[in-house]
Amino acid sequence: MSTVAGTLSIGARGEPFDVGRIREDFPILAQRVRGKPLVYLDSAATAQKPRAVIDAVSRYYLEDNANVHRAVHALSERATAAFDAAREKVAGFIGAGAAREIVFVRGTTEGVNLVAQTFGRARVGAGDEVLITAMEHHSNIVPWQMLCEEKGARLVVAPVDDRGDLVLEELEKRLGARTRILAVTHVSNALGTVNPVKRIVRMAHAKGVPVLVDGAQGVPHFAVDVRDLDCDFYAFSGHKLFGPTGIGVLYGKAEHLEAMPPWQGGGDMILSVTFERTIYNRIPHKFEAGTPDMAGAIGLGATIDWLGSIDLAGAEAHERDLLAYGTARLLEVPGLRIIGTAREKAGVLSFVLADVHPHDVGTILDRDGIAIRTGHHCAQPLMQRFGVPATARASLAFYNTRAEIDALVQGLGHVREIFR
Amino acid sequence: MTSDLDDLYQDVILDHGRRPRNFRKLAEATSEVEGLNPLCGDHYKLYVKLDGDRISDLAFEGSGCAISKASASLMTSALKGKTIAEAEETFQRFHAMVVEGDKTKAQGLGKLAVLQGVCDFPTRVKCASLVWHALDSAIHGEQKPVSTE
Repeated sequence: MSTVAGTLSIGARGEPFDVGRIREDFPILAQRVRGKPLVYLDSAATAQKPRAVIDAVSRYYLEDNANVHRAVHALSERATAAFDAAREKVAGFIGAGAAREIVFVRGTTEGVNLVAQTFGRARVGAGDEVLITAMEHHSNIVPWQMLCEEKGARLVVAPVDDRGDLVLEELEKRLGARTRILAVTHVSNALGTVNPVKRIVRMAHAKGVPVLVDGAQGVPHFAVDVRDLDCDFYAFSGHKLFGPTGIGVLYGKAEHLEAMPPWQGGGDMILSVTFERTIYNRIPHKFEAGTPDMAGAIGLGATIDWLGSIDLAGAEAHERDLLAYGTARLLEVPGLRIIGTAREKAGVLSFVLADVHPHDVGTILDRDGIAIRTGHHCAQPLMQRFGVPATARASLAFYNTRAEIDALVQGLGHVREIFR
Repeated sequence: MTSDLDDLYQDVILDHGRRPRNFRKLAEATSEVEGLNPLCGDHYKLYVKLDGDRISDLAFEGSGCAISKASASLMTSALKGKTIAEAEETFQRFHAMVVEGDKTKAQGLGKLAVLQGVCDFPTRVKCASLVWHALDSAIHGEQKPVSTE
């Protein structure tokens, strides 16, 4: 029995996590940049793709490409089967109750916009409130701001403390009689803070407030079970999960999706059309007008298969080790301050280095083949909260190594030499 | 350290980045224009005081990287007292040097020539030219913010 459990926990390949082996699956990582081995520490912006995913996308175009849900020919049948199977895989991956609760979108941003423009529009009226937090990405701020502007509603913001943790009591206080929806990120892209989403959902539901979770930085770092979280919506992007760009997922509880008006009109989202009246398709198709990103969805399905083949628990443990090691090593750098020291963090090391602007840090590191992100990370209000115009951000995935952290620290030494 | 980094981060640039000249609000400015680089968050306000067709004073405030700040500092130093036509000629020369990579244009730019290394860093060209676009907007009487995007 223990053998069975052991085999399951280390993935279909039956190999315990080994970062060297995992890196072999990512062809892009083997290159040199500016004469140095590439050190890719920008996975929070977009993650690299394993060969299995690249091959699946390419195989789709080489062998199966045809429009889905339309024709009776063999290729369309194959493409449709693969596309529908991908939806099943996504549902299983995040623990959704059924595949019809999975809407394919372009990415997290589109998922949030879809909810704001359908669910939000129907629910939010003049004088109502939409609650978000101070650590949201612009994509979980602006769609709500637009909705509030349109409806004459108010955007209310729950604060974060100096470490970058949400102040839960303050959030709870802001869940009021006029709160129509709460939109919160699972993991802050700029600070790495992991929010206690399950607890937050319980808090909100106690006040009758539905919750949308921005999961863009959640799914790449740990297992997510939407039914356990009990959130009403969960959105994420394929490309941050080692999958293709252009494909993302909006999970929504079936009861909500059924009740929501459609978003965009077009083919595939209808059952029948006359000039007098259109009957909309069932969920999730009601929200998928037009030819979908078939290659993207199939690639995302392949990503989930690949993730299932590796020792994910081992990968998570490796990433936790990297984060702890990276934090300790960065703190050795004179003048370096880490922005975001929440109790629970995932995959992100945001920092400022003395009076050197992050942009200059990024350019100098790039000359050492080290890729980090610098700037406001699409979270300008959060940067204002911490009193910095920008940060340098090294973000981790399980294919990173301690040696790469060492290279980063060495690169920061070069920055200090130049800005001595 | 690689040599193109040395070219980029010359002492003059580091000095102007750290101790920018004309870094203040200009109360008597005849025009103020904001310059924004939404990608990296550079954000400056340029103050221009025009006296007829002459730039009698020039100052800036804000935050950004060493390159953008040094460029603003050097620009305000170089163009103070110049005519609009002279400023435009300098802008064109600077643009050719930094954006088009024509290093022959460095001659005649005086201290501004130290920014010629920027052209080897395509992602940083916008940093160097940000405040120049703000100036262009200011002397053409436009008060709306300029953006590098």
